[in-house]
Amino acid sequence: MNPQFSAHGLGLWRGGRRLCQGLSFSLEPGEALQLRGANGSGKTSLLRVLAGLGRVDEGEVRWAGELIRGSADHRASLLYLAHANGLKAHLSPRENYIFYQSITDNSSEITADEALVRFGLIDVSDRPCAYLSMGQKRRAALARLLATRSRLWLLDEPLTSLDAAGADLVADLLKAHLKQKGLVVLATHQPLPGKGIPLRSLELGAAP
Amino acid sequence: MALIRRDLRLAFRRRGELLTPAMFFILVTALFPLGLTPRPDLLQSIAPGVVWVAALLAGLLGQESLFKSDYEDGALEQLALSPVPMEVQALTRIFTHWLATGLPLVILSPLMGMLLAYPTGAMGVFAFSLLLGTLSLSLLGAIGAALTVNLKQGGMLMPILVLPLAVPVLIFGAQAAAQAARGEDPAGALYLLGALLVLGLSLAPFAIAGALRVSLES
Repeated sequence: MNPQFSAHGLGLWRGGRRLCQGLSFSLEPGEALQLRGANGSGKTSLLRVLAGLGRVDEGEVRWAGELIRGSADHRASLLYLAHANGLKAHLSPRENYIFYQSITDNSSEITADEALVRFGLIDVSDRPCAYLSMGQKRRAALARLLATRSRLWLLDEPLTSLDAAGADLVADLLKAHLKQKGLVVLATHQPLPGKGIPLRSLELGAAP
Repeated sequence: MALIRRDLRLAFRRRGELLTPAMFFILVTALFPLGLTPRPDLLQSIAPGVVWVAALLAGLLGQESLFKSDYEDGALEQLALSPVPMEVQALTRIFTHWLATGLPLVILSPLMGMLLAYPTGAMGVFAFSLLLGTLSLSLLGAIGAALTVNLKQGGMLMPILVLPLAVPVLIFGAQAAAQAARGEDPAGALYLLGALLVLGLSLAPFAIAGALRVSLES
């Protein structure tokens, strides 16, 4: 039986520098993996590789036994929240949400209104994102967690610029996602608030 | 479809940027009769070249930012992960960009032709040559934009990359317009212009998708 999501002997080079070497993990439905490491240790690069965007220099990443490059199932199961929010500054949170919901294959039934209420953005839902605060932009980006039924969440610093209530909300969503047999890989320095999120952690930056 | 809607909406929200190519086009062509002696025969003979060069440069003006804002705010990553192939995305985005910036030039061209004493009877051919040509130039410009998307100062590099490719379009386009003005049959040049467009349509999406993927990789 293949693990649902796994990496084996992963090595990455970026800008002439080795970021990691011989990195392996395997993740089953309902499990979460936290990537830790100092700034510049390659957490974002690794997440991009796991999303199928970044270049793999050594080793391999598999989804349900299949290499992720060219795996339609991996792509369809994936929700990648990058460091950059991916919000268009001239569109409102509502328009951004609807756009992202319309370009995925497995959109959820949660409407923009419901998601924005949940994230406390309903009052600013029709204001262009350029006029929102950093925290509000992050919330608008995180609202996409509700837009799809993706099984695999890759989250790059999801708690950046969020207030305590926002962090609680993300923790609740993570918990619910794991309960529904979702998989999560997240890169974060901050400890997640609340208990009951079974996190394994992977330390980066040990390579010389 | 959603992508076309989003791009058109974005274009509409940034009307100022949108008008720049059209303004540039109008200004350049309008200044020529003022700078030269306003003899109708002279103006008529330079009209095709002037309008075509102005259209080419106006097109390049807006093209650099085609993928850049999406690259910078992370939307390009998200689009790359969407189930729609990058090639199809590239085509739809070029088409929407052309609707917003190229089509206005085609619509304005009879007016600009009139300003340069271009014969009214040949105006249809002139506008048609620009229709084919601006589409080709949009495709070529998008290749340049995709190749320079992750460069800070791509603005200089892009015209150097694109201009050699754009020269055949300019030559045949201006030739078709000039032949029509002299009352000759412009079919040959128009066919070649069409062939260049078909070539661009069939190859550019792959080049653009490849360039965007590589720039996302590192």
